[in-house]
Amino acid sequence: MTTDIAMSVPGRTGAGTAPAIEARDLVKTYPKGVRALNGLSFAVPAGTVFALLGPNGAGKSTTVKILTTLAQADSGTAVVAGLDVRARPAQVRRAIGVVAQRSGVDPVATGRENVLLTGRIQGLRGRELARRADELLGRFGLADAAGRRVRTYSGGMQRRLDVVMGLINHPAVLFLDEPTAGLDPESRSAMWEEIGRLSAAEGLTILLTTHYLEEADRLASRLAIIDQGRVVAEGTPDELKGELHGDAVHLELAGHTAREHVFAALAPVPGVREIRVEGNSVSARAGEGATALPAVLAALEGAGVPVRAATVARPSLDDVYLRHAGRRFAEADQSPVTPATSGGSR
Amino acid sequence: MTSIAAHTTWMTGRQLRAIARQPAYVAIMLIQPVIWLFLFGSLFRSVVELPGFGAPSYLDYLVPGVVIMSALSASMWSGMTVLEEIDRGIMDRFLVLPLHRSAIINASAVLQSMIIATQSVIIALLGWAGGAHYAGGVPGLLVLIAASVLIAILFSAFSNAVGMLARQRETIIGINSFLLLPLTFLSTAFMAESLMPHWMRIVANCNPVNWALEAGRSAMSANPDWARVGVQGGGLALLAVAATALSVLMFRAYQKSV
Repeated sequence: MTTDIAMSVPGRTGAGTAPAIEARDLVKTYPKGVRALNGLSFAVPAGTVFALLGPNGAGKSTTVKILTTLAQADSGTAVVAGLDVRARPAQVRRAIGVVAQRSGVDPVATGRENVLLTGRIQGLRGRELARRADELLGRFGLADAAGRRVRTYSGGMQRRLDVVMGLINHPAVLFLDEPTAGLDPESRSAMWEEIGRLSAAEGLTILLTTHYLEEADRLASRLAIIDQGRVVAEGTPDELKGELHGDAVHLELAGHTAREHVFAALAPVPGVREIRVEGNSVSARAGEGATALPAVLAALEGAGVPVRAATVARPSLDDVYLRHAGRRFAEADQSPVTPATSGGSR
Repeated sequence: MTSIAAHTTWMTGRQLRAIARQPAYVAIMLIQPVIWLFLFGSLFRSVVELPGFGAPSYLDYLVPGVVIMSALSASMWSGMTVLEEIDRGIMDRFLVLPLHRSAIINASAVLQSMIIATQSVIIALLGWAGGAHYAGGVPGLLVLIAASVLIAILFSAFSNAVGMLARQRETIIGINSFLLLPLTFLSTAFMAESLMPHWMRIVANCNPVNWALEAGRSAMSANPDWARVGVQGGGLALLAVAATALSVLMFRAYQKSV
């Protein structure tokens, strides 16, 4: 096994700097033959926010578990902060901060006690530890609640405490596994602001997993879309949307019409591509949605297909997902999320 | 090495603090042995009059029985704590920190030892206040406390192993209900060996709870049979080591299953 992997990793992102995280061909099979990861690869440039976006069960949490040394991959390699996770797990643990999907704070201890214990295990001592703990608790609006038992915290407060604990050791890489799952919209947008601020300071690299398209779009400078244990698309949100070359045209038909009939009507319309029909809903892609729409409506009218509603939208990450995974995000994301915190509600 | 000791201290301190914040738990831990002591003390008072029982006062006889039974019944729930920490994600949080893995196992053993030693001292003091005589003096009591601590390490490690393997509360509850009464009553906790049926004596001789009782009782008597105390204590220590090894194996299996 190579011990000096950091040196051998070519800087993919230019300027010769090694990526903060590099996962290569990760495979992980759980007992009963469930294949969670199926050759997953991606690289995260240092100092950026990178999102792993995918529906429940896509393999996001498994990836985080492997990168944070909690689980081991069956095959493939992973390097975090220049350290191979399999060969040097102890050093990796010192270099990272982890905010797991299940909170893992001790409910019987106070917020401050939770933070201090984490700091001690990370090797901080005495006044330095106390200063760092107070600074972070203050920064995340927990100074007043720090002396209270975590059991009394709201879901949002508990999540912020998780982040404080993840940051106590000045990590080079911070992992945020579904940081806003189970939070109410207000706490969610507060958390987004805090994550945004974090990434701006300290040159911290953040790996974020989420099944909220909006979250990835808003926070990540780059993202990878994961489906069934592999990366199906990677790039900046704009690049990914730009690949779609055009707008999404969405139609709702007034009655049931045979798919073939709709296809036959729309196929000849110039500039309209990627036609999909699901029941009464028709989606297609067009270079200029607004100009294509009258032609689309005319073609359908001519074929005797009544239309109830029509929308044109700029491409979204949902469209990116549809294109690469072959289904809508919401369909893939049917299975309910396990509640991240006992206090939160979805 | 020093860092293993430090990590164990922090992890134990965390759990001690949690216990101190649950007054109901502490109260039950203290009240239950008192109930055993006075309930069994009153119920079985006249058994000492049976020919061949061989003890002057039932309370003298009972104190080691209650000490060891309380150690057993308290420590065998240790796996519930482990299970709760796994379910809450607390275990996984510690596993992604640079924490010595052994500190997690050690902390459980140290915590149980501290709880049970305290409990044993309190029961002995209550017995003394109620009129029990400890002919073996302080050394005898120390052996009894050591035996109760070995029982605690043995059964808490076993319970932790079950918790990490089965990952279900019901399994721990089932196993404990199944084991507690047979282990207690197939021993000399409440009844002298000479008055047991033959088959029961044979079973009791293989029962580690009985080894702890006999070692404690012998050491507390006027004429301890130290060789026998040594053998029984050694047997208990070996079993405690074996149960701890089993819990380490199950801990590794848990880490693989994450």
